[in-house]
Amino acid sequence: MNAITPISRGLAPFEGRLTGITNDVRAAAVGELERLGLPTQKVEAWHYTNLRALSGHAFATPGMVDEGKVTAALAALFGDTEALAKLPRLVLVNGRLSAAHSTTRLPEGVSCTSFATTQDFGTQSAPDREAMVALNTALAEDGVCLSVGAGVKAGAFLLISVAGAGNEDASFHPRHAVALGEGASLTLFELAVSVEDAGPAMYLHNPVLSCDVAEDAHLTHVKVQEEAENAVHLATVYADVEPRGSYDSFTLGLGAVLARHEVHAALRGSHASVHVNGAQILGARQVGDITSVILHGAPDGISRQTVRNVLMDHARAVFQGKVLVERIAQKTDGYQMNQALLLSPNAEIDAKPELEIYADDVKCSHGATVGALDEDQLFYLRARGIPDDQARRMLVEAFLTETVELVQDEAVRAFLMQRVERALKARVSAGEKAA
Amino acid sequence: MSELLKISGLHASIETEGGPKEILRGVDLVIPPGEVHAIMGPNGCGKSTLSYVLAGREDYEVTAGEALFKGRDLLEMEPEERAAAGVFLAFQTPVELPGVNNANFLRTAVNAVRRARGEAELDAVGFLKAVRAATKNLSMSDDMLKRNVNVGFSGGEKKRNEVLQMTMLKPTLAILDETDSGLDVDALKIVAEGVQNLRSPDFSALVITHHQKLLDYLGPDRVHVMAKGRIIRSGGPELAKQINEEGYTAFLKEAA
Amino acid sequence: MPAVTETREQVEKLGQSSYKWGFETDIEMDFAPKGLNEDIIRLISTRKEEPEWMLEWRLEAYRSWLKMKEPTWAHVSYPPIDYQDAHYYAAPKKKAGPKSLDEVDPELLRTYEKLGIPLHEQAMLAGVEVPEGEEARLPVAVDAVFDSVSVATTFRKTLSEAGVIFCPISEAIRDYPDLVRQYLGSVVPVADNFFAALNSAVFTDGSFVFVPKGVRCPMELSTYFRINARNTGQFERTLIVVEDGASVSYLEGCTAPMRDENQLHAAVVELVAMEDAKIKYSTVQNWYPGDENGRGGIYNFVTKRGACRGARSRISWTQVETGSAVTWKYPSCILQGEGSVGEFYSVAVTNNHQQADTGTKMIHLGRNTRSTIIAKTISAGKSDSTYRGQVKIMPKASGARNFTQCDSLLIGDQCGAHTVPYIENRNMTARVEHEATTSKISEDQMFYCRQRGLSEEDAVGLIVNGFCKDVLKELPMEFAVEAQKLLQISLEGSVG
Repeated sequence: MNAITPISRGLAPFEGRLTGITNDVRAAAVGELERLGLPTQKVEAWHYTNLRALSGHAFATPGMVDEGKVTAALAALFGDTEALAKLPRLVLVNGRLSAAHSTTRLPEGVSCTSFATTQDFGTQSAPDREAMVALNTALAEDGVCLSVGAGVKAGAFLLISVAGAGNEDASFHPRHAVALGEGASLTLFELAVSVEDAGPAMYLHNPVLSCDVAEDAHLTHVKVQEEAENAVHLATVYADVEPRGSYDSFTLGLGAVLARHEVHAALRGSHASVHVNGAQILGARQVGDITSVILHGAPDGISRQTVRNVLMDHARAVFQGKVLVERIAQKTDGYQMNQALLLSPNAEIDAKPELEIYADDVKCSHGATVGALDEDQLFYLRARGIPDDQARRMLVEAFLTETVELVQDEAVRAFLMQRVERALKARVSAGEKAA
Repeated sequence: MSELLKISGLHASIETEGGPKEILRGVDLVIPPGEVHAIMGPNGCGKSTLSYVLAGREDYEVTAGEALFKGRDLLEMEPEERAAAGVFLAFQTPVELPGVNNANFLRTAVNAVRRARGEAELDAVGFLKAVRAATKNLSMSDDMLKRNVNVGFSGGEKKRNEVLQMTMLKPTLAILDETDSGLDVDALKIVAEGVQNLRSPDFSALVITHHQKLLDYLGPDRVHVMAKGRIIRSGGPELAKQINEEGYTAFLKEAA
Repeated sequence: MPAVTETREQVEKLGQSSYKWGFETDIEMDFAPKGLNEDIIRLISTRKEEPEWMLEWRLEAYRSWLKMKEPTWAHVSYPPIDYQDAHYYAAPKKKAGPKSLDEVDPELLRTYEKLGIPLHEQAMLAGVEVPEGEEARLPVAVDAVFDSVSVATTFRKTLSEAGVIFCPISEAIRDYPDLVRQYLGSVVPVADNFFAALNSAVFTDGSFVFVPKGVRCPMELSTYFRINARNTGQFERTLIVVEDGASVSYLEGCTAPMRDENQLHAAVVELVAMEDAKIKYSTVQNWYPGDENGRGGIYNFVTKRGACRGARSRISWTQVETGSAVTWKYPSCILQGEGSVGEFYSVAVTNNHQQADTGTKMIHLGRNTRSTIIAKTISAGKSDSTYRGQVKIMPKASGARNFTQCDSLLIGDQCGAHTVPYIENRNMTARVEHEATTSKISEDQMFYCRQRGLSEEDAVGLIVNGFCKDVLKELPMEFAVEAQKLLQISLEGSVG
């Protein structure tokens, strides 16, 4: 029994739930999944991350979550930052849209459907190459389809997933799409959290998000993942960017026992730009994986990636970042940096920054550094009278602040910093004790 | 031959995002052997473009006109053929060549040019002798020879390095593209002396500059004023003094 | 072999004969029949007069190999290799030792001459006896391996006086069986990978070096490898063991004639460095790269690994890779001894249709181990070049340090340059730094050089040599000069 098990029980429960995914598409995805199997470490893209956390579990379709707990989880989120509560939002509970917790009013020029209209799933996602996307395609039950009209500056929008498994292991596979018309802009702020005291069971959250960014449009995508400590979070994001458009993303990974944030960003038009930034703070036996493939498919594109990891206890972080520059993509400017701070003797970082370049007139570079806190800096702070543990936390915080500052939206940035501080407070002190 | 360089009706443009942009719009200029000429003009008038076109930079397209050097069609020649023929461009911003030893570069260049001119190549000892003499003459330290070409050089060092190369390559026409910019008085003197040392009936120079100072040292035979891609006025050294005192405005009005 | 001569003449007429080492030597050869099976392995072992344990060792490797799959993860592609369609043993026919150069097969001498080996050295290579004292003038001891068979080793006397053993490995297996048995396969086990297993089963010769405690090898040791015969694979095996406080510098040069079919070269090199020992291993690889249409050329699938077993030992790999149609090669260091040091300096140049996937592995096991990786990749024509490297810091490697710098240069818009580092750190006190860049030669640099009178090709050569300087300076002097020339020759026709 594993994550694929429900499929063998037949597709019936899912047929017709998302009309955008026809039964034929689902059946094909099942076929691909059976052919590919769940990824093992022999698959190069999963070289450093194994899905053993899923084995031995039979994932049922999730049940209901106590409404009071959902309300409490949302209150806990918004309680920290009032600005967030005011934003329009859509809330999914265990992968299903919850009208009760969502706001009804959308910004002017933005439309949202629950995949009632047909959506072409063939163009970006690759269920034939990525098993988790095949699984999602086969089992997707719900999701949102946001579209922003040409020229509309839509502001920020919240997409919140609240989950809790209760007593039976569950999996849910939401499918989202975001399309920005020419010259439009949107900040999509994605939050994935769990309810408190849901029960002993674990869940697999396997969302797929497709983004289409038209000419001169700008999509900002910020994500905070704070799933329960026994949850598995495996997300795949596709972003296609047309001329002069931009996809600017930041992901903050804090929760789940195993998490992977996989981004496939493609610069399809000239002068497009893509930012895939992120940070992870991991402790206990957490594994956090940030994987990205940035495809430069047109000239004069810019891509930037800065990812920083802070690792405690037995945590392990994985960074895989591929920048592929096609022959046509002359004058590409690509930069990538992955850094990790190891704060425990048992922590581990595995990094694979990769350049694959077929155009000659390019400027591409990547860097990676791994190490402990700088002893000279630590000494300097202590010599100025700051106690050791505080000095350490200051340095770790500074290390992460530099990435969070890459996020433009002030309110979002404040929220991120506050999450970072909270996570560090909880983990650095726990980690110090363990060490 | 009464003229070393003869430019007539030269038009050149550069490809920009908005299409080709014409920068030289009919330059006429004659430099006889043994003379030092100066070109002055406001920013963006096409002075640097003229020097690049004469040296053979491929970014510029010559759309009309011609440039004859010793009677040969200069514009048909490859950059290295022009160098061998005796055209030397002192760059406004000398390029850095990481990992390429300065002495080795100089020797390679000197021997490539000598080979093309049918002269015997210099062996290591002969070259070292020649270069030592040149550095001494220019008050340069030998240390500069051991470093990589222009890498980590100060602005002054880069310009001295250009003058050293010029001295070693023995051009018949040196084009100095604002070689004086950003130099202190001492460095300026070195550049000027570098040119003066080469002065002979077989050496001409085209000095592109904003400043009077360098011209004071050099004493040019002719001064040309360039604006909007053309030579709008030519005269003796007094022209430079006039510009220094009055600026370009009067000339520009006159031209318009 | 007229067909080859004809092809070569045609190619030369087209002005494409930039591969100046593409001569073929017409020497009487002794071939084993084509194909690979246990009988062939027995035949090789018998011809080499090997002890029983060696045969068993080979058979074990062969049996593992049968169960293994050819690796496919590298960024290279080539048609399937028919391992049964090659001779696994080819040797120049043995004659009694010649007394003077006149008696030596003139073809063999011509080969050395073309390889650029000085005449007096040629005499020694050809086995001519040299008067006492004569050899001391020469700074380099040479072992020449000709289609998998070591034909001559020079300076053995001088070396043996110092206690250094430098001989063909086939001889070492007979003369120093205990030493060989102790170390052979201890760094690269017989079943390490597909090509290493194949090599272990069929290797016919190579060099053996043993430097005893405290001895600084009095001269550079050098091996020339040459594939000559048609349809042969070359599978040489090199084993270098350096004891406590001893040191050696070893050079390796490779050439092969031009042919329009591909030939397989699958070598294994094992290095063992004990306490305070130093090994410097330099390679200039110039196997035939194939013609400008990608026809022919050597498949160079090599396993090179060094073990820094003792504290403060040091292994340094320097390679200049300009040849071969396909290169698959990762000279690595296992840093076991406390404070041991691993270095990898590489220049890889590909042109036309060449493909290279090369890099290193630095496995840090011991405390305070250090490694440095400098890799320069140059791609031109329609070639593809990949740096692939692994830096692995194990939990006990406290204080480990790695610095990696990978730079790629693209010449022309039909080639590819790729960088694939794997960085794995399991120790919080370790520090790993990795930097990589990809760029092209800037038009400003080209114009500057040409304005000073350099031709386009000379300018490219100069800039490329500058780009590679950090690696070239690690080569012994005489190799560095050759390498610089090779770089320029390899890139001929890539500009303009």
